[in-house]
Amino acid sequence: MTSKRIEILVGAFVSLGIAAMVMLALQVADAGGAGNGETYILKAKFDNIGGLKVRSPVKVGGVVVGRVSSIELDPSDFSPVVSMEINQAYNQFPETSSLSILTAGLLGEQYLGLQPGFIDEDIEILAAGDMIEDTKSALVLEELIGQFLFSLKEDK
Amino acid sequence: MISFFQKVGANSLDNLGSVGRATFMLIGALVSKPTPIKSFPLLMKQIYMVGFLSLIIVVVSGLFIGMVLGLQGYTILVDFGAESSLGPLVALSLLRELGPVVTGLLFAGRAGSALTAEIGLMKATEQLSSLEMMAIDPLKRIIAPRFWAGVISMPLLATIFSAVGIIGGYLVGVKWLGVDDGSFWSIMQAAVDLEDIWNGLIKSIVFALVVTWIALYKGYDSIPTSEGISRATTETVVHSSLAILGFDFVLTAIMFGA
Repeated sequence: MTSKRIEILVGAFVSLGIAAMVMLALQVADAGGAGNGETYILKAKFDNIGGLKVRSPVKVGGVVVGRVSSIELDPSDFSPVVSMEINQAYNQFPETSSLSILTAGLLGEQYLGLQPGFIDEDIEILAAGDMIEDTKSALVLEELIGQFLFSLKEDK
Repeated sequence: MISFFQKVGANSLDNLGSVGRATFMLIGALVSKPTPIKSFPLLMKQIYMVGFLSLIIVVVSGLFIGMVLGLQGYTILVDFGAESSLGPLVALSLLRELGPVVTGLLFAGRAGSALTAEIGLMKATEQLSSLEMMAIDPLKRIIAPRFWAGVISMPLLATIFSAVGIIGGYLVGVKWLGVDDGSFWSIMQAAVDLEDIWNGLIKSIVFALVVTWIALYKGYDSIPTSEGISRATTETVVHSSLAILGFDFVLTAIMFGA
């Protein structure tokens, strides 16, 4: 009888541990999250991706629609190519859409801002594997300061 | 001068010898053909002794450490208007460091010392020799289930510690001090990766191996007198605490250093 009680208590202990694990994974690390569900891949070429990382969010008007799945360097012209997994629920972006690398707050994480373009009769909808042509690179703070100092000198 | 070298030499040989004896003990305990039906109840009993009975101290200290982290973090972060970063502060410090390390220290004090004392007393009262007389290998009957129980229980305890600590930080930060509920969780979720949880788990598994191994060896190798057992118990706590802190630095350097 005591051994049964011990088994019940050990079972409770182990399930508590697993419950804590699940809570950490889901509530604290938010695994899965936007990752579940069907996605399709879009690509874009930038001059400079700044601090963009794999799993950085892709946002449209602040709403997360996908995540960066990989970042590679195009060996022919040495410019970074960013692949994004976009949620299949948002598959109506026209090819005139533009992508820019933005920063959350002054020092925050960088993310991709997707600006949907206009839709016209002869404008196609972006499909899986398509390239977004209109991209704006990350603002690199050092370059901005450099330009600013340079323009100060010219003014004198 | 010569006697100094002799002393150093004798000490080194002694230490090397105990490392060797500890390794043979572990190999003797673990290398055997598995007998799940016979050893499962023993393992259950030990998980109960080592894990379940440590639950209360782990939960209570986890809660209080989380609450203190929340309070301390808030008073500093609010100066910079960054109190919404309290979530990642609490979660990352618990998952990466405090969870495994503090649980390891508590585990060494609560369960490790008990293991050493129990086995030392078994040795003193010649229960181990009696087992051998009955052709039962004490390494497999006594040491092995305790070792596995420690290795299974400690990661679970560390996970529970971190989870409870985050809840404690949430209670103080959000419910008491008024950090925004949504940003507490969402900034935490943005900052914490699965890798952090995974690394904390690896740390706690390593600490579990170290602590239970030291505790079992100290008990098994103790001088079977009341003084010997008391010294063995002290050594267990001291050595495993030092080992935890040392290994923590090494593991942190490997995981986050590069």
